[in-house]
Amino acid sequence: MPSLTRPLLALAAWLVFFAACVATLSGDWASLFSAGSARGMAKFVGDFFPPAHDPEILRKVAAGSLETLAMSWIGTLIAAVAGLGLALPAAGRWGGMAKGTTRLLLNGLRAVPELVWAALVVVAAGLGPFSGTLALALHTSGVLGRLFAEALENVSPEPYESLRRHGVGAAAAFWYATFPQVLPQLASYALYRWEINIRAAAILGVVGAGGLGQMLHFHLSLFQLHEAASVLIAMILLVTVVDLASNRVRRALTS
Amino acid sequence: MRVTDTVTYKDPAWHTRITWTVVFLAVLLPAGWLAEFNPAVLWDEANLRTVGHFLGTFLPPAHSLEFLNMVAIATWKTIAIATVGTVLAAIIGFPAALAANRALSLSALTTGRMAPWAAAVRWTVRAVLIFLRSVPEVVWALLIVRAVGLGDTAGVLAIALTYGGMLGKVYLEIFESTDVEATRSLLRNGAGRTQGFFYGMLPACLPELTSYTVYRWECAIRASVIMGFVGAGGLGQQMELSMRMLAGGEVITMLAVFVGLVWIADQVSLQLRKWTE
Repeated sequence: MPSLTRPLLALAAWLVFFAACVATLSGDWASLFSAGSARGMAKFVGDFFPPAHDPEILRKVAAGSLETLAMSWIGTLIAAVAGLGLALPAAGRWGGMAKGTTRLLLNGLRAVPELVWAALVVVAAGLGPFSGTLALALHTSGVLGRLFAEALENVSPEPYESLRRHGVGAAAAFWYATFPQVLPQLASYALYRWEINIRAAAILGVVGAGGLGQMLHFHLSLFQLHEAASVLIAMILLVTVVDLASNRVRRALTS
Repeated sequence: MRVTDTVTYKDPAWHTRITWTVVFLAVLLPAGWLAEFNPAVLWDEANLRTVGHFLGTFLPPAHSLEFLNMVAIATWKTIAIATVGTVLAAIIGFPAALAANRALSLSALTTGRMAPWAAAVRWTVRAVLIFLRSVPEVVWALLIVRAVGLGDTAGVLAIALTYGGMLGKVYLEIFESTDVEATRSLLRNGAGRTQGFFYGMLPACLPELTSYTVYRWECAIRASVIMGFVGAGGLGQQMELSMRMLAGGEVITMLAVFVGLVWIADQVSLQLRKWTE
């Protein structure tokens, strides 16, 4: 029979930690689970129904969904190009110094979440989808740059070296020998991030960076809850469709 | 490049290249227009001045004792929101995963088919879980802030709902993917479902369940900072306030604290998961 002291100690430590957490939170939990608050909640939820469905709002929601898609698409594309540009030095092509600096830069870009980037970029580029696109591009360049750099490091160097030995320039040797080897991997990373970015693009608007999120924020602020419900439905649909589609594609690719 | 010096070869792939370029541009241009893609606004003079001023305030990072104290409290609140939220999520997810569990079905075991009402309950629970997790946590936070007001409570509830949906789904997958024979043979030999679960299924799944929950806690820390931006308490809410006042020094300090916090949560979660497995 193994000793129970360690698990019990761990459990006790965890309970103390949890109690401290609960004690910090300012919420009035008793009243939150009372009958009055349940009625308030029910009314709040009820106010969203029925979702608005006049042609005007449907047109706006469709435009918002397209805008969200466009943001994710352009943002991922910029990130793929910038990521490749950063991956070259980060894979150690131009020496240790350049490698260290770009890795640091990539870590910085990646560590700040999209939404925080969006809040920062809105200061520089104003409200609207362009800010959201840039925010997605900044965060995703960090992620893709690192993944691309790893892919480039694992590529076999022989084709590149053999072209170089035959007098081909460095750039041409890269595009004809190294790049085709990593292209499938790069494309699949970029597609995977695109899928994530569609979800991100849908919410970035809550800090004013365009897309469905901005519509949701707008209608909620004006207490137009029926319109907000339509935007919510569009958001859920968009995310679900992307999920199903990418599952299909992945299954088709792996089988 | 050098090769073409002597002989000119025709590019064998030229028409695929052209086709792809055209297709690409045909999608890209409207998308750029929809996303209001216009880098020129970044060089707009008034904008440059604002940004220059904002960037100028980044250094030195804010480091007054009073401010650091406030950041420490906000950071602890973020941890508290994530922890309590994850525990509530497990409280939602666990029973839901049990209710939707096919392997514990007595009717399926004896007749080979599930009783219709039992199947209905299982599908309803699954649908609710899908709904809970298909609304992003920031959106839940935004909605809940409207219902219960600004502050920690909104953050806790938003994490509880979204992660409840995710934990429920993953718990269910874990239950159904582990070897169910032990449980089934207990059930066949007359054990009740509670006994079957606690003596057959749970011991086999416990390490995986704990490990996934710890992983989600780590995600919840990151999420609770982000949700702060819509008013759900913690570090994010303070960051949003500082950004709105264009106090760059405060933003940079809090970003550094955020990155450190995420790193620590990452390490703690890694250690805990190693320990439970």
